[in-house]
Amino acid sequence: MTDLALFREETRDWLETNCPPEMKKPMTPHGMTWGGRNCKFSHPDQELWLKRLGEKGWTAPTWPKEYGGGGLNYDENKVLAEEMANLGTRMPLASFGLWMLGPALLEYASEEQKMEHIPKIIKGEVRWCQGYSEPGSGSDLASLKTKAVEDGENYIVNGQKVWTSYANECDMIFTLVRTGAQEPKHEGISFLLIDMDQPGVETKPIKLISGASPFCETFFTDAVVPKKNLVHKLNKGWDVAKNLLQHERKMLASMGLGGSKAAGKGKTGSGLATLSKKYVEVKEDKIVDEGLRQKIAKCDMNSHAFSLTLKRVSEEAKNSNNGPSAATSIFKLYGSEHNKQKYEIMLEAMGSQALGWEGGEFGPEELAITREWLRTKANSIEGGTSEVQLNVISKRVLDLPQ
Amino acid sequence: MSLVLSETASFLQDQTQRFAREKTPTSHFRSVRDSENPECFDREIWKQMAEQGLSGILIPEEYGGSNFGLSGIGVVLQELGRTLTPSPLFATAVLGASLISKLGTDEQKKKYLPEIANGNLTCCFAFEEGPRHNPKISEVTAEKKGEKFLINGKKCFVVDGGFADLIIIAAKSSKGTSLFLAQKDSKGIEVKEAKMVDSRNSANILFTGLEINSENVLGEIDNAQDTIEEVLDIARAAISAEMLGGALEAFEITVNYLKEREQFGVKIGSFQALQHRAANMFTELELCKSCVLESLSCFEEKSNDVPRIVSLAKAKVGETFHLISNEGVQMHGGVGVTDEYDIGLYLKRARVAEQIFGNSEFHRNRYAELTGY
Repeated sequence: MTDLALFREETRDWLETNCPPEMKKPMTPHGMTWGGRNCKFSHPDQELWLKRLGEKGWTAPTWPKEYGGGGLNYDENKVLAEEMANLGTRMPLASFGLWMLGPALLEYASEEQKMEHIPKIIKGEVRWCQGYSEPGSGSDLASLKTKAVEDGENYIVNGQKVWTSYANECDMIFTLVRTGAQEPKHEGISFLLIDMDQPGVETKPIKLISGASPFCETFFTDAVVPKKNLVHKLNKGWDVAKNLLQHERKMLASMGLGGSKAAGKGKTGSGLATLSKKYVEVKEDKIVDEGLRQKIAKCDMNSHAFSLTLKRVSEEAKNSNNGPSAATSIFKLYGSEHNKQKYEIMLEAMGSQALGWEGGEFGPEELAITREWLRTKANSIEGGTSEVQLNVISKRVLDLPQ
Repeated sequence: MSLVLSETASFLQDQTQRFAREKTPTSHFRSVRDSENPECFDREIWKQMAEQGLSGILIPEEYGGSNFGLSGIGVVLQELGRTLTPSPLFATAVLGASLISKLGTDEQKKKYLPEIANGNLTCCFAFEEGPRHNPKISEVTAEKKGEKFLINGKKCFVVDGGFADLIIIAAKSSKGTSLFLAQKDSKGIEVKEAKMVDSRNSANILFTGLEINSENVLGEIDNAQDTIEEVLDIARAAISAEMLGGALEAFEITVNYLKEREQFGVKIGSFQALQHRAANMFTELELCKSCVLESLSCFEEKSNDVPRIVSLAKAKVGETFHLISNEGVQMHGGVGVTDEYDIGLYLKRARVAEQIFGNSEFHRNRYAELTGY
């Protein structure tokens, strides 16, 4: 038996023994665990599952063992993901620490910082949010003004961040702050880790068009941050930010393929078509409206082409040492634009039934689609707008003149 | 399924790229076009391509080929598509070789396949019966008369039909579809050149009481439809690869022009209105690369999803070559509509290739049908 086959067998045994029964059931709308100091589990099995996987390091399977990660290589990680999918186990932890901060810390943080923060991310003990955008700094992120001033062993931070996801439920915030001159704007920025449990940090949720409030405004008024929480060098925070943005965009791109549970694509057939058929005229299993049918096919084919591209790029990465291919630059752009398109087609098929806001005349799935449709409008704004992505491709990939 | 080229395919790609750049840059296409050679390709170049083994890629080794498969011929067509190289490769080495390999008797294979592999025999597939692709044959009929068959009717837009030595005819027979082999100079065949906008060879062929002997029936009578569908998919994947090559080159030519051309004292490539459109084209091309690779390799993997994947590739690359050829001309401004600049040549080829065995709309429709809606 090869090492990998042996690993697969051991992994399957371990998962079967250790995954609690409730965690083998499909995910529910409120079933996701985000961890943190004030984490509330909706079921005791959730806590058990997170604890067991966290101790094994399998919430972060490829991170180094010395910081509590799983230490798995590319192939082993793939095996683990496959076995978890086969067994239908739930994702143990949703976390910006895992998806965004952790990878950047592994690259830029000091040994001491890694030892302090990474194990807690892996075990879900600390919940992180991201403090980047400001009211006057959106696409032009580097113009940010939140200021950190040295004061003995500390920095004193003043300013305001916006679009901080779930800031009202988080323990720590990773922020970009100005420590140097306003110009040149990229060179006076530092990357600070700030504990939110202090009087100088306040959060206020923002209500969105979808009715939900996943984002906050976060205010810093003489917030105190020990100097040991500076990551990388003073005034070199932009390097960390760029690295972290890549991880963020990768995460956001994958949302374009997931999308609504209602329109998720199964192994055969099309979720979009299955959903549409409930609302439009169908004859001999065919959607009669040829215009709509062509639009659905085009959208399904784009999903298919996009997932093949994600697969191709990961195969290329495995087979070469040249770093990520140019194709990675399209992921965020294409994923978010495609997801928006998909929801517009759903609305077209469902007509007014997709535009309900509340009450018994609309099914729960329909009301969810209304809100998900509104949510998709942010896909092409957050994490770098589509226009910024197009700029990045034009300049960095196509090398077009400034 | 692998989306990374095998060593063999990479080798073929490099070899063909060198060949295309040295021997058949777009100036070669122009010289063939302007020479008013009615065959629309250069026999000396074809001989060299055959010597490199390109005409035998889909032919089994026992009949003189290399059997490198569709991924092999795909990368070759892609590189030749970049320089618009006119050659019998598609009609002869893809369509002809596939049909005869799959359906031929041992005798037919021995007679024709080595001749295709060594470049001595050209073929065409007389299939379409109208200006829009239709996989069902109805116009051209085969009527049994004693031991012979009589073929009547008209075929359209037969790729390389103007010069091909061997014509493979799809005809409606009493209980299905059948295939027949005929030499171009047989009695009862009238070839009418249909000179196309892309300056490749194409013909309409009229059959009037063409007599076919039993040894020139290809495959079983009435029973060719399934193999035809299979070979159409092989041809669609192959032409998609050629189109991808054309689209990549047209895009690169355009981006280079954006970096050179100055207006208002700056390079026009510095204008965001053009940058964003270029970035969108780049995005679509990346998707096309994945679809084409998948469609070439899915045959070898014997995937049961072949028709859907092929339709995906043909539709996607059709849309994208369409977009890039239009945008390429527009971004070139006035010189884009002159014959002197190459970009217009890609526009012409894009449209003709898009029609071959189904345009994007046809393949979206087919994809929907195969997915169940």
